Amino acid sequence: MAIQDRGIASVLLAELVAGLGLTFRYMFKPAATVNYPHEKGPLSPRFRGEHALRRYPNGEERCIACKLCEAICPALAITIEAEAREDGSRRTTRYDIDMTKCIYCGFCQEACPVDAIVEGPNFEFAAETREELFYDKEKLMANGDRWEEEIANNIALDAPYR
Amino acid sequence: MPKLTIDGREVEVPANTTVLQAAQQLGIEIPHFCYHQRLAIAGNCRMCLVEQEKAPKPIASCAQPVSDGMVVHTQSERAKKARHGVMEFLLINHPLDCPICDQGGECDLQDQAMAYGFDRSRYKEAKRAVKEKDFGPLVATAMTRCIHCTRCVRFLTDVAGVSELGMVNRGEDSEITTYVGMALGSELSANIIDLCPVGALTSKPYEFIARPWELRKTESVDVLDAVGSNIRIDSRGGAVLRVLPRLHEDINEEWISDKTRFALDGLKRNRLDRPYVRRNGKLHEVEWREAFAVIAERAAQVPGSRIAAIAGDLADCESMLALKELMKALGSANFDCRQDGAYADPRVRASYIFNTGIAGIEQADRCLLIGTNPKVEAPIINARLRKRWLAGGFKVGYVGPALDLTYPAQQIDMAGAAAFLKDAKAPMVIVGTSALRRKDGAAILAASRALVEPREGWNGFNVLQLAASRVGGLDLGFVPGQGGRDTAAILAGCEKGEIDILYLLDADEIDTTKLGKTFVIYQGHHGDSGARRADVILPGAAYTEKDATYVNTEGRVQLGRRAVFPPGDAREDWAIVRALSEALGKTLPYNNLRDVRAGLIAANPLFAHIDERVPAPWSAFGAAGSIDPAPFVYPVADFYRTDAISRASPTMAACAGAVAAKAIPARKSA
Repeated sequence: MAIQDRGIASVLLAELVAGLGLTFRYMFKPAATVNYPHEKGPLSPRFRGEHALRRYPNGEERCIACKLCEAICPALAITIEAEAREDGSRRTTRYDIDMTKCIYCGFCQEACPVDAIVEGPNFEFAAETREELFYDKEKLMANGDRWEEEIANNIALDAPYR
Repeated sequence: MPKLTIDGREVEVPANTTVLQAAQQLGIEIPHFCYHQRLAIAGNCRMCLVEQEKAPKPIASCAQPVSDGMVVHTQSERAKKARHGVMEFLLINHPLDCPICDQGGECDLQDQAMAYGFDRSRYKEAKRAVKEKDFGPLVATAMTRCIHCTRCVRFLTDVAGVSELGMVNRGEDSEITTYVGMALGSELSANIIDLCPVGALTSKPYEFIARPWELRKTESVDVLDAVGSNIRIDSRGGAVLRVLPRLHEDINEEWISDKTRFALDGLKRNRLDRPYVRRNGKLHEVEWREAFAVIAERAAQVPGSRIAAIAGDLADCESMLALKELMKALGSANFDCRQDGAYADPRVRASYIFNTGIAGIEQADRCLLIGTNPKVEAPIINARLRKRWLAGGFKVGYVGPALDLTYPAQQIDMAGAAAFLKDAKAPMVIVGTSALRRKDGAAILAASRALVEPREGWNGFNVLQLAASRVGGLDLGFVPGQGGRDTAAILAGCEKGEIDILYLLDADEIDTTKLGKTFVIYQGHHGDSGARRADVILPGAAYTEKDATYVNTEGRVQLGRRAVFPPGDAREDWAIVRALSEALGKTLPYNNLRDVRAGLIAANPLFAHIDERVPAPWSAFGAAGSIDPAPFVYPVADFYRTDAISRASPTMAACAGAVAAKAIPARKSA
C-alpha cells in the first residue's frame, strides 16, 4: 500500500506542487525584509546605539564631570579630565570614549545623574579607520546636538517605566 | 576603673573615657561626625546617639563619660531610630550634590547616609543656601554642605592656635565663617580639609581634578622641612595630584603643614628633564653620554684637591653616600652637606639632632627656644609645643627677636636662660639654625648644652634642623674629610680660583654669584639658582619620584617611596652619580638600590633602624667662647617659599601673596 501511495505521489509531483504552493502564498504576503538603507526597521526607545553628550534647553552642557560613567564602565572605554571652568563650575576638559572598547551595556547612561551621556538611536557610525572611533568631547557634543530631538523623545517615552 | 557593658560585652576602661571610646576599644563602631580623637569634644552632631539602660533619652556617646555598671546598646531599635532621625535632619539642609562635590567617594556623610540613613527624603520644603566664604588660596568652601560639626573651628582654635574661624548665628542660620571675612593665615590651615566630614571645605588647588577612586596611593615622607612628616602621595598617570597626611603618632600625628600639602604643583614647573651643557655661555640640551664626557674631560685635568661638592637641603641619603664615595675616589676631601654653613659637630650625633623627640615634647615642663621660630621652621613641632602648653604646667621662653607664636612665650636673653630653666623637672632647649649659622655657633651650642645637661631618662637638648638632608648627611659623614674644605671654604676657594670643579647636589641656597670661573656641575630637579649658574646640568628626581632614605631632625631614618617616574630623561640621583663614576673611571660598587642601602648601613649602622629613634650617646661638643650679643636673624622669612620645589609652586606664591596682602599687625595668640 505504502509503496503504491508513494509511487502515485511522486508521479503526480505532489511535493513540488506543495512547495510551489507555499512559494505562491508568500508572494502575495507583505515583505518581511526592509530595503535598508532606504528603509529602516523600528527601534525601541531603550535602544543603545552611538553615544551622545546632551545639553540643557538653554544650551548649557549637562555633563558635570562627576566621573561616575568612567567609574562604572566595565570596558574602561571612558576617559575624563576635569577642572573648574572660568565661572567656577565643574566641567570636563576632556571626555573621550573609545568606541572600539565600548560594549554598549548602557551602564554609563544609567550612572549619569544628569542624563548627560546617553546612548542614542544612531547605529550607523561604522568607520573605515579605528581612529575615527576614538570619540572626543567635541564629537560627542555634536552627536548630542544632532540627535537631541530623538533622544529627548525616547527618554520621555521610557520615563513611566523608571 | 569603671566596668560597663556595651552590646552585651563587658569592658573595663580608665575613668575619664567616653562611651564612644570604650566602644571603639571593643571594636564596636558608632557613627559620628563631630567627634575627633585629637580635638576637643563638642557633642553637636548627635549622630553617635546610643541607648543606655535606665536613661530617659538616648545619650550622645562621644560626650558621655563612662560610669560603673553602665549598660549600653548601640544596635537596639531605639538607638537605630535615633540615628535614622538624626541623619534625616542632617540631610534636610544638605544639598545632595555629591556628583559635583570633591568629597564624593571619600565623604563621611555619604558613607554614613548609605549605612544609617533612609533611602528617600520626606522633606519637601525649601532648603537653605549659604553664601560661599573666602578662606584664602588653599581652602575652597561650599558652606551649603556644612553640617556644623565645628571640627574646623576646634582644629584652628586648639591645634593651630589661631582663632580665625567661628560659628555665627543660631539654629538654621548657623554659619561657619572667618571673623572678619579674611583668609586663613595658619601654617596648618589646610588640615581642616581632611577634618571636614562633608564637602564644605575642600582643597582649592585640587578642585574638580580627580576622584579618590582614580588615584594611586603611595606612602612616603615629606622633605620640605626637617620634620619628616609622613605623607600619602596620590597620583594618577604621571602626575602627583595631592599629598595627604599619614598617621604617625611620634612625628606629625595626623597633621601636615600647608607647604607639605600644596607645594606639589611646583613639581610640574621649572623641571630639569634633559641633561644640559653650557657652550659659549648658553645651555644646550645633550644626551647623558655627552654630559658625562664633558665632565670626564674636565675632571681628567684637575687634581682631586681642586674638586669640591656641596649637598643641598633636599638631597637623599643614597645620593649623598654615592657622591661622597665618588669624591673620595677622586681624591677630594672637600665636600659638605651644610650649605648654609651652620655649625654641627658630626662626631657627636647628640649635637645635631632633636634628642627629646617630637613626641617627647609632651613630657617636658619648660622649653627654651634659642634662635628659632618653630611656627614657620617646623609647624608640626610648633603644634606639638602648643599641645603641651594646652595640657598645662608648661612655660616657653625664647632667645631672639620678638616672635608671634601660638602659645604665650617669654622673651629672654642668653644670660637669663639658666634662671629660666633652673627649677624645671624636664627642661628642654631647642636650638635653631639661625644660632648655629653664626660665627659663634659653636659657643652657642656649648652654652645651650650646659643649660640642659641630660639626666636619667631625659635628654632635653634639641637642635631644630631646617633641611631634610642635614641629619642624614651628617650621619653618613658628608662633611669635609682630613684637610678638606667646608662650605664657606669651598665658596671662598671658588672665588679665588682654588677650586676648579664644584659639584652641587640639589644645592640652591648658596651664593652662586661668587663661584668665579669654577666649572659647576648641578645635579637636581629644578631650574633654580644652582642650575642657572651650572656648566653641566644632570637632571635628577624630586622626592616623589625616587625610593630614597631621609633622616628627620629627630634622627629617625625614614623611607620615601616613588609615586611617579621622573620627567623626561631625569633619573634617580644615586644612579646618576653611579653612572658618572663609571664615566670617570672610578666605578662605584652600587649596581642597585640594595647595594646603596647596604653601603648606607656600612657607613653608619643607624641606617638599619628604619623608623626608629635611636638615642644618641652624650659626649662633649661645641666650644667654649663668648657669644656675640647681636640679635639672631630667623632663617625662614617666607614660610611658603623655602626651597626649589616650593619656589616653583604657583599655589605657594599665591599663599605668600595672601599673607602679604593680609598684613595684619601681630595677632594675639589664643
